[in-house]
This record gives sequence, structure tokens and C-alpha cells, in this order.
Amino acid sequence: MSSNIYAATDLNLRKQKNEKILRILFLMMTLMLIAPVLIILITLIAKGGPILSSEFLFEFPRNGMTEGGIFPALLGTIWLVAVSLLVSVPLGVAAALYLSEYSSDNWFTRLINLCIINLAGVPSIVHALHGFGAFVIFAGMGTSILAASLTLAIMTMPVVIVATKESLQSVPHSFRVACWNMGATRWQTIRQVVLPNATSGILTGIILEVSRTVGETAPIMFTGAAFFLPFLPESIMDQTMALSLHLFVVATQVPGVPDALPYGVALVLIGLVLLLNAVSIAFRMYLRGTKKW
Amino acid sequence: MTTKQDAASSLPPGSQLDADWFTDKFVMLVMFIGGISAIVFILSIIVFVVEQGGVFIFETMDIQEFLFSPRWRPTSEWNATYGILALIAGTASVTGLAMVIAIPFSLGTAIYIAEFADGKFREYLKILVELLAAIPSVVWGFIGLSIMNKVVIDVFDVPVGLGVLNAGLILGLMAAPIITSIAEDALKAVPDGYREAAEAMGASRWEVVFKVVLPAARNGLLGAVLLGLGRGFGETMAVLMASGHSVHIPESIFDSVRALTATIAAELGETAQGSEHYGALFTIGIFLFIVTFFINLAADLIIRDIRKG
Repeated sequence: MSSNIYAATDLNLRKQKNEKILRILFLMMTLMLIAPVLIILITLIAKGGPILSSEFLFEFPRNGMTEGGIFPALLGTIWLVAVSLLVSVPLGVAAALYLSEYSSDNWFTRLINLCIINLAGVPSIVHALHGFGAFVIFAGMGTSILAASLTLAIMTMPVVIVATKESLQSVPHSFRVACWNMGATRWQTIRQVVLPNATSGILTGIILEVSRTVGETAPIMFTGAAFFLPFLPESIMDQTMALSLHLFVVATQVPGVPDALPYGVALVLIGLVLLLNAVSIAFRMYLRGTKKW
Repeated sequence: MTTKQDAASSLPPGSQLDADWFTDKFVMLVMFIGGISAIVFILSIIVFVVEQGGVFIFETMDIQEFLFSPRWRPTSEWNATYGILALIAGTASVTGLAMVIAIPFSLGTAIYIAEFADGKFREYLKILVELLAAIPSVVWGFIGLSIMNKVVIDVFDVPVGLGVLNAGLILGLMAAPIITSIAEDALKAVPDGYREAAEAMGASRWEVVFKVVLPAARNGLLGAVLLGLGRGFGETMAVLMASGHSVHIPESIFDSVRALTATIAAELGETAQGSEHYGALFTIGIFLFIVTFFINLAADLIIRDIRKG
């Protein structure tokens, strides 16, 4: 009996082998989920890349949208995002402050939270119906940037609320207690101590919201975005083109569009959204590194 | 001798302290308005969608026909029928297929990220999943229309690649990142003590994952699946572009179908405001709202439950 008592037994070996198989199995599943999307993205870049140029970005569509660029759509998207942020950021930050700093855990708070979850979960086309009924018809805004932006704001507000709430709650409670003990009111505490420590987190949420707003199509279809306009919007009561709807239009509604054109539009749209998301993620990771508590 | 505190509490009205007090109350009111805005918006959605669909619901609609007739013929001149059964079948077939595709792969990926991957690789995977979740639905629709369409035609040798299979694949790819990231959260919420205790008793990794971690995270995983389901159910642009868009109950996965959401998106622009057809589209909106409301409610209750426990 001279065998090493620390040597792996058959059972140990079998377990090790099992674990290896399991690890590879799950890795395969992960790759099978991610690989198709990467292949799709590479195809988009390969087919849409050649058409991208400053002319494509900064010129009007020509010839029944079969030539030219996407400038009015790009500009329209900026309009829509800017106006909707003006509404959703103040409301969203206030809602998050209320939930995190003022409310206690009771049925009313739970109701608010349930409503926020549902605002995020209601199908985008139902938001479109709501925007059409409430803003376009009832409020008399007509199909306009304002109506479309308000619809988008309601839909994307939960993104700001969730991000803001998280960054507010990451400020340690002791900071607030210290401030209250020095005689500061709730608002003084929030303004001087809580908000400065949460600003960057809120900013991350706003960037995420911009990326959501840029991609939404259904909510603006009937509330303010037009298939084609030969001029740029001059006020928020005008209709506008939008990048996301433009992709739908050139992909499905216009005959005789050259193959590369919709790929180009899709590439600009997806590039914009992924860039915004990447910035937001990078920002978040940087923040995590700088936190001192 | 009066202490400083006594002096402060006996300051006359209109002093600095009072101004601060009023500011504080005023700000609290503003925050409260922000807080209730979510409730107001949900009520507004209900009120306005019901208002626009109201005439149809109360005067024209035969609930039996609406829910159980497969004939959606809103533009027929003498005998318009509004049955959404075929549309429900369209939504259900596409969402069902999407879930069949998305659930195993998402859970597998979540298990890999939470239990096996480590260090930098794990961080990269998480970022990648987050980025995939951000791809806009209209881009997915375009992908279905152009790339996936060709793939389906080539692989299965069918004349048209738009249909249940295409839309299901697209929707599955869309829902997967969402399910993955929430499922991963749920797995991470299982205390390490469970894993250590199981391993200390000689359980293999296989046993730890399948007999300890998965059962412990059961509710969170269910919540993740429900949220993915809600997303697929309510998805509009991708389904509109990838499903082929003809109204009938599908018999094979290559059949072209029309989803509830896509019907509204495609037809609302062409209806006269206040017409029966217009009201019927809003009524579909109410139906969608009710179903997603309950899916989200269920997911929320389940997920909140694990956070508490």
C-alpha cells in the first residue's frame, strides 16, 4: 500500500471531468446566443458602411428618398430627444427623489412603483394610441414634435427614475443623518449633500434614456413623425422626420430604394444607440472606481 | 438662561427659519408631484385609450365576435367584421416561438455568467449582453426583413422568409438579453453559503447548479421569463416588419401572420378618426394594456418577493 493518499480518487476525477463538460456546455450556449447578433452586426457594417459619408449625413433625401442623405431625419431625432428630455428629466428626477428621500414604504409608494413598472412595460404602440388620443386630439396639439416628444417622455421616464433612484440610494444614509443633525432641512440636505454625490449616476441614466428615445419608432408614428418632409421643422408645433421611422419607411414603404440605403440608415441608428450605451456603461464603471465609500 | 435651541424654536414668523421651512415644504410638494406623475400617466393612458375606443366598445362591439372570431375584415364595405382571434394567434405563435428559443439560451448564458465565467471575461460578457438589449426594435425589424429573411429562405428552401419563424427568431434574440440579465441577477442573489455548503458535502458543480442554485433562484428566473414574455408580447416594429403581415391562424412556422401590435401600427394611419375601424384598433390597445399589465404585475410581485427574502 504505497499509493499517495492525497492523489485524486476516481470520483474526484469524474467530478472534474463533469465540471469541464458543464462549463463548455454553458459557454457554448452563451456563444450561440451572442454569435448570431455579432454576425448580424458585422453584416450591417459590411453592407451599410460603404454608403456612409458626410454627404449621407448632411444632405436631404432626393428622388423619392432613393438617393441623397438623412439630414432631416437626424435633425428631427435631435429635436424629439431634446424636447422629451425637457419633460422627462425634471419629472423623473423629482419622482426618484420623492421615492428615495420622502416616501415611506406604504401602499401608496408601492402603487407609484407599480405604475412606473407599467409605464416601462406597456407596449410602445399603446403609448402611441395614448399620445394620439391625449395630445394630438384632446390637447389639440395636432401631429407635432411636441405631441411626439411628450409621448416619448412618458414612455422613457422610467429609465431616468430607476437610474436616479439607484444613484440616490447609493449615497450612504449616514451622510443625511449627519446633515440633519446639524439642523439642515430635508431640502437643504438633498441639495447640498445628496444630489452632488448622485449627479454622475443621474447623468448615466439620462444618457441611457437618450439612447432609448432615439430608437423608439411606434410611439412617434402617429403623433408627430412624418414619412417625408421637404423642409426642416421650425418650431415644436411642426411635424418632423425621425431617424427610426425613416429606417422603417425606406425599408418597407418606398419602392426602388437601392439596397445599401436602408443598411446605411440602420447602421447610423444602431451606431448612435450603441455609442450612447457604451458611454453610459464606461461612465458607470469609472464612477464605481472613484467612489470613496 | 435661554439655550440656543429655545431661541430658535421661539423665532417670530417670517424669520430665516420659516423661509427655510416653507422652501422645504414647497420642494416636498414638487417632489410629490413628480412621484404621482407616474400614476397620472397610467390613468391618462387608461382614460384616453378607453375614450377613443369607447364608442366602438359600447355600441358596435360584440365581445364574443371580437375575441373568438378569426375574421378581421375592418375595411369590408357591407359586412365589416372585427374578430381578433387570428391576430391573437399571430401574437401567441410568434411570442411562443420566441420564448422557446430565448428561454433555454438565456438561462444557459445567465448560468454561465453567474456560476462559471470569472474576472474580466465575465465583465465583458455582461457589457455585451447589456449592449445587445439596447438595439432598437426597428433595427431588429429591418434585420428580419433583410438578413433573417434570406437566411430562412436559404436554409429551409421556402419561397418567402417572412413569417412565424422569422419573427420568432428576431423576437427571441430581442428578448434574450433582457431575460439573461435579470436571470443573472436572480442567480447572483443566491447566497454563496448555499454553494459552499453543498460543495462541502461533496456535491459536484453539476449538483450545485441544478440542485441548489437553480431551485433557490426559481422565482427570480420565473420573473425574468415573464418580463421577457411581456417584452415579446408588446413588441411592435420588429413583428410588423418580420412576420409577413397576413391575417390568418398559422398552420406551420413558415406561415405569414399578423400580430395585435402590428395591426394597430399598420392600420391606424389609414382609418377615419371616430370610425368603427378606428375604435376597434383602440380596443385592441385596451386588450394589450390589460394583458401586459397583468404580466408585469406578476413579474413584479415575484421579483419583489425574492428581494425581500
